[in-house]
Amino acid sequence: MLNEINRRDVLSLAAAWGLSFALPPMDLRAAQKRGSERVKSLIILWMAGGPSQLETWDPHPGTKFGGEVTAIKTKTKGLEIADLYPLMAEQIQDLNVVRSLVTKEGDHERGTYMVKTGYRPDPTLRHPTLGAILETELPLAGVEIPRHIALGDSQWPSWGGFLGAEHDAFKVYNPGYDLHNMQSFRDKKSQARRLENLSVLENAFQAGRQAQAKKTLHSDAIKRALQMMSSEQLKAFKIQNESESTRKAYGDSQFGRGCLVARRLVEEGVRSVEVTLNGWDSHARNMESHRSNAAILDPAFAALMNDLRQRDLLQSTVVLCIGEFGRTPQINPLQGRDHWPTGFSCVIGGGGLKSGMVIGQTDPESAKTEPSDPILVPDLYATILKLFGIEYNKEVMTPIGRPMAYSSGKPISRLLG
Amino acid sequence: MPKRIRWLPIAVALGVMLLVIGATRTAPRQSNQTPELEAVPDLPETVAQVDKFFEAAWAEQNLQPADRAPELQIYRRLSLALLGTIPSLEELRQFEADQQPQRLERWTQRILNDSRFGYYFSERLARSLVGTEGGQFLIFRRDRFTNWLRENLQLRTPYDQLVRHMIADVGLWTSVPATNFISSAFANDDVDENKLAGRSVRAFLGQRIDCAQCHDHPFDHWKQADFQGLAAYFGQVNTSPVGIQDFSNVDYKVENRKTKAQEIITPSVPFHPEWLPKTGSRREQLAVWITHPANRRFERATANRIWGLMFGKGYFDPVDGLSDPPEGKTDLLDILGADFRQHDYDLRRLIQVIAASKPYRLDSIHPTADENQVEELKAQWAVFPLIRLRPEQIIGSILQASTLATIDQNSHLLFRTIRFFRENDFVKEYGDLGENELTEQPGTIPQALLRMNSELIRDLTEASAVNSPGRISSMSPNDATCIETAYLVALTRRPTAPEIAHFTKQLQAEHKGERSNVVEDMFWSLCNSLEFSWNH
Repeated sequence: MLNEINRRDVLSLAAAWGLSFALPPMDLRAAQKRGSERVKSLIILWMAGGPSQLETWDPHPGTKFGGEVTAIKTKTKGLEIADLYPLMAEQIQDLNVVRSLVTKEGDHERGTYMVKTGYRPDPTLRHPTLGAILETELPLAGVEIPRHIALGDSQWPSWGGFLGAEHDAFKVYNPGYDLHNMQSFRDKKSQARRLENLSVLENAFQAGRQAQAKKTLHSDAIKRALQMMSSEQLKAFKIQNESESTRKAYGDSQFGRGCLVARRLVEEGVRSVEVTLNGWDSHARNMESHRSNAAILDPAFAALMNDLRQRDLLQSTVVLCIGEFGRTPQINPLQGRDHWPTGFSCVIGGGGLKSGMVIGQTDPESAKTEPSDPILVPDLYATILKLFGIEYNKEVMTPIGRPMAYSSGKPISRLLG
Repeated sequence: MPKRIRWLPIAVALGVMLLVIGATRTAPRQSNQTPELEAVPDLPETVAQVDKFFEAAWAEQNLQPADRAPELQIYRRLSLALLGTIPSLEELRQFEADQQPQRLERWTQRILNDSRFGYYFSERLARSLVGTEGGQFLIFRRDRFTNWLRENLQLRTPYDQLVRHMIADVGLWTSVPATNFISSAFANDDVDENKLAGRSVRAFLGQRIDCAQCHDHPFDHWKQADFQGLAAYFGQVNTSPVGIQDFSNVDYKVENRKTKAQEIITPSVPFHPEWLPKTGSRREQLAVWITHPANRRFERATANRIWGLMFGKGYFDPVDGLSDPPEGKTDLLDILGADFRQHDYDLRRLIQVIAASKPYRLDSIHPTADENQVEELKAQWAVFPLIRLRPEQIIGSILQASTLATIDQNSHLLFRTIRFFRENDFVKEYGDLGENELTEQPGTIPQALLRMNSELIRDLTEASAVNSPGRISSMSPNDATCIETAYLVALTRRPTAPEIAHFTKQLQAEHKGERSNVVEDMFWSLCNSLEFSWNH
């Protein structure tokens, strides 16, 4: 590119700006490690809108609420999933299916909050999402790109909450293509002049305002931005160099490209990635939207699993596929299913978790009863935090002076093994 | 016929072009004369009361407040808070030429009389009233709602009246725009009574009871039954061919979470039922109750929100998370609230009181303050807080800094054309906080990248015949003027001696051809500085 600046330029520019920051050396060995030796990462496949458990991981064909879907066998013994997921049927043995998630939030925004944070919405503070907690608690040296990334067109991308906006996910709305705003539109000479100017301006403004100015993180954000602009690791966002067969396996969709980018980011050492698939809110014609979304999710998810396994990254990468709630057993007059936070499903595994389990059971004949062996979202997150070596019930002080535990749940020991 | 139709789009395009050219060329600007002070009864008395309140608090805490900020800096704050943009060079020259007494008071009034104020402030208010979501297609017309707010801001309609219209009006969302308050809460062709109850309490009473939808409030006095009782006031509203209507034969039913049985909920208010009128629809009754003159929460909530819009964060934070009003005590919100009530619930007066108060005019510089002390000073409003500008203020300021003349009502067609293409993307990328925009947040990497490298910045900082960098570099008689003008345009202040020295050296080191590059880079740096993107 015409105005691309390289690492050495950045260093000299930084020196010109009087910055005492040095680029940390790339810890290649850490990123190259494989198996359980490697630092752990998290990939959340976020199913926005709330997928139906019955047309995904918990089918009840031929029953009162079963709908049109049929079930297929999988490589996990005794586990059958919706026939819309033939590729995942071949991959799911490395994961677990939870069929008994229960929350009390049946509204999209509130449900999203609940399932992304493990807490119910609270008017007085905003809890951080799981991804933000991991990124905050486990800083990574040598990763110059953001360590908490949200891929896809998400309405509520993963957020830092009371941990601060600097822990919000870095958002890439259309993954797989060049990132926006990543290149300076001026030559090296101009860029140097500009940074020098900034330091002169900063000196003038900060006089008498140091404490307040420091809290803004303004110059930190600029430094991090410069570092990122020149980073070799930016290539993780690009999928052009992946083979055509790989790209094809993930599918020609925004979500498929997102999953491929997610794998590349994890390979680069990024701590948490969220990939969003929209379009699950099937109040009308439930079957049709689940069929078209399955055509996107099945290849992408299966290719991701396959890829992680082949690259020996599965031992270090937790994969969680979940949405804000499930959908009602009853089919409404528009052939749709409505919101259902009582007994919905998720798929979770990798990163050293046990595999091949099916947890919980929903009643195929009655919509009133809670599922057996109910699993709470806070417990699920306590499990993941523990797996990452984080004290899951650690209390942190929030800006309003109220201590708050990362998770109010308890780890699910069955999953940890 | 086909021929005529083919010409139509071209004619329309030509028409728009002519309008834009006309608007930018012959723009009859606001009078250049010094604005006259309109008499506002009792205003100085209320301001004195506010100042006394803070002085007492500072004395009690043994805090030394910051000095008064330079007038230009205060003017910049006012412009950002009330117009969403920094002042233009044209305005600054007029402001500085005005040497009459009470300049800031008069200029506050001038800003409030500027038609840009209505456009900008109605959008800010609308966020707390109807949110930022698109709402349900066909029955929610956000544009009508904000236009209605804007017109009424200009007419100085008492705010309590507006609130009663929002809560209780019947009719179509197009012809009776206040009904969009109700229709904004429709989803899947059904009204969400809980959303309306929660939003009414947040927007008009400044409290968050949304959690009481499912359980009792953890520490305030709100019970789940209170919430349901309030929601029941919206239990009879629905859409009809003639718009938002009340159907008095409908019961409001809620599913009992334990028994799953449908229970009829009768409307009830959590306190002071004696404020309820005897007659009227359920919504009319609630509207009167919420805006009852004895309801301290209403005036306190409004005062806190306007304070928040002026400073960037509420006097109490979060802006709609107020505790119950203190018993037997008056605090700042009561002083502001009482004045608001006693003067016809006039929002513009409330703004004037805050703008003239001591805390609003303090400097953000406090030479003796270390990190701990600064938090203490900020908590008592003894130093002006640094608050990140909201995305629309950033883009408004970047656009304004790119030209020397005021982008105002006369050029608003052009202004809006540019915004139409740019604002949405920019705001989304910069990170719009939506309804919760009045909170303290640090700067983020994506924001830095956007300010440093986006196409928008590129367009606006590359010198052209009409933009500021081009005009300043070609028309300044000398380096000192060039630098000073750039600073005034972007930062509303004059450069310091080291800054002048730095840029003079740069300009003198370059050949003539390179000078405009130096000015362009200076502009880029000004727009990327902490000072530019934080209210100070």
